[in-house]
Amino acid sequence: MNALARRRLLSSLFVGFCAFTVLLALVPLAFILFFVITKGIGSISLGFFTHMPLPVGEPGGGMANAIVGSLMLTGLAAVMAVPIGVVAGVYMSEYAGSRFASLVRFAADTLNGVPSIVIGVFAYAVAVLPFKQFSALAGGFALGTMMIPIIARTTEELLLLVPGSVREGALALGATRARAVFSVVLPAALPGIVTGVVLALARVAGETAPLLFTAFNNRFFTTKLTQPISSLTVQVFTYAISPYEDWHHQAWAGALVLVTMVLGCSLLARLATRRLERMHGR
Amino acid sequence: MNKSRDWGFRLGTGAFALVLVLIVCAIGIVLVRDSWLSIEKFGFTFWRTEIWDPVSGEFGALPFIWGTLYSSILALAIATPVALGIAIFISELCPAMLRQPLVFLTELLAAVPSIVYGLWGIFVMVPAVRWLETSLPDPVRQLPFFSGPPLGLGMLSAALILAIMVIPFTSSVSREVLKAVPLAQREAAYALGATRFEAIRAALHYGRTGIVGAIMLGFGRALGETMAVTMVIGNNPKISLSLFAPQYTMAAVIANEFTEAADALYLGALIEIGLVLFVITLIVNSLSRLLIWSMAPRAGATFEPPAASAEAAA
Repeated sequence: MNALARRRLLSSLFVGFCAFTVLLALVPLAFILFFVITKGIGSISLGFFTHMPLPVGEPGGGMANAIVGSLMLTGLAAVMAVPIGVVAGVYMSEYAGSRFASLVRFAADTLNGVPSIVIGVFAYAVAVLPFKQFSALAGGFALGTMMIPIIARTTEELLLLVPGSVREGALALGATRARAVFSVVLPAALPGIVTGVVLALARVAGETAPLLFTAFNNRFFTTKLTQPISSLTVQVFTYAISPYEDWHHQAWAGALVLVTMVLGCSLLARLATRRLERMHGR
Repeated sequence: MNKSRDWGFRLGTGAFALVLVLIVCAIGIVLVRDSWLSIEKFGFTFWRTEIWDPVSGEFGALPFIWGTLYSSILALAIATPVALGIAIFISELCPAMLRQPLVFLTELLAAVPSIVYGLWGIFVMVPAVRWLETSLPDPVRQLPFFSGPPLGLGMLSAALILAIMVIPFTSSVSREVLKAVPLAQREAAYALGATRFEAIRAALHYGRTGIVGAIMLGFGRALGETMAVTMVIGNNPKISLSLFAPQYTMAAVIANEFTEAADALYLGALIEIGLVLFVITLIVNSLSRLLIWSMAPRAGATFEPPAASAEAAA
């Protein structure tokens, strides 16, 4: 075989390898979705959403408390993270060149990379230990801490995409910088920011580790912010590591709800961004 | 007048931005404060001893460091070729029509919650791994890498699941890096008569700093991953080279034992493990950011949402 043929063969092998790696990554994805759907669907019924968990041995039962708990925890996280994240994002995009903006950007990326379990330990030290009480507030604080950097960076990126002429137009009409940003630039980027917030919510709603010792878990239905509260993720974890067959079924059903929610949000967000792009004629 | 109001705006929004910096500092300070008891008592022996005995109050974190590093390095060894292959296929080889769907599908891997990976790991992957382990021929089983009973639960399962979870991160950033490599690099290679592989190799060479950054970003993710690993690694604080052996990671021991830690020293020891995990991931992530930024300033900033939108708008 001459040199050229060998090089061509090597090249084809390489192309084949790259295509193969794509399949290799899609196989686990397909397997996960397949098992979550087929194993979870059997235990999903209306009762799963409206009933409380039952003791081992009694068939049926649901995760009403965990579902409400998850919604409350992500709601609390959003209340904390959206204002801080959006305004911090405004600062980073408005004063993009300043040294402090670079520091904030670095802090955001650092915070984004902190393992979720460490965030949990931090939230425990700040929001559980002083009050000697696991609580929904502490769980919301942990999730909110994770959300802030995601929202800040999303807002920054999207504000930078707003054409300079929009801002300049407002400034030329005599608007102050604050007015130009909050009445003109921010609204222009709003649909994208909302999409980003939804994605951030979906992501923290799937978190377990930061909740293990902040929101803890609760077998009962509660909406009290100062009490421990159940969540879908922690409930799935508890059921998954239990030795009971019934509970394993419930865990799969919980996972199906989680996956549907998270993937549904990603899909919606993707459709929304595509729509936005078309609207802006890109 | 306008000028002073602008200063008000700058200070007002700056205060919110400051919150991010404060949180990062607070994490470091709080973790040091709350682990001080353990730091003071054990000093560096904490990181050199293997005994983890809460009952007699002896804490050595070496098995957890070992488990974390071993599982993450194994995961990288599996994930890196796959992730790079995906990045190259999507950005260099595949038809334009397939590009968006493939990006979407690989990013879905990152959207699946860790707990779901764990659940799938326990009930689907671990039995498969156990089968694989028992079907290895005996001579192979004599090697130190494959010693011990084939439980399924253990290092191999943890490394595999971590690899799957890390792939989307590494491949997404590598794709951005490849996109930042000037087209002229490839055209020059083709003009010299290069094959496709050789042209891509030239592009990879040009982007090597960013690619290393992408791999390190994956490493940072693997180090801190908690739930899925906790559920499949077997949770046994014993150092072993064997892929079959149940082991333990830093994140997993915190997740499992934190609520059981009855006395202050035990809690302090666990928080110290958290502190070190924080410091290690901080260093790894900062390094990877620097490397990635030097190549593609926007890549990997906010992984999920805007990566998609900013990319499409660019």
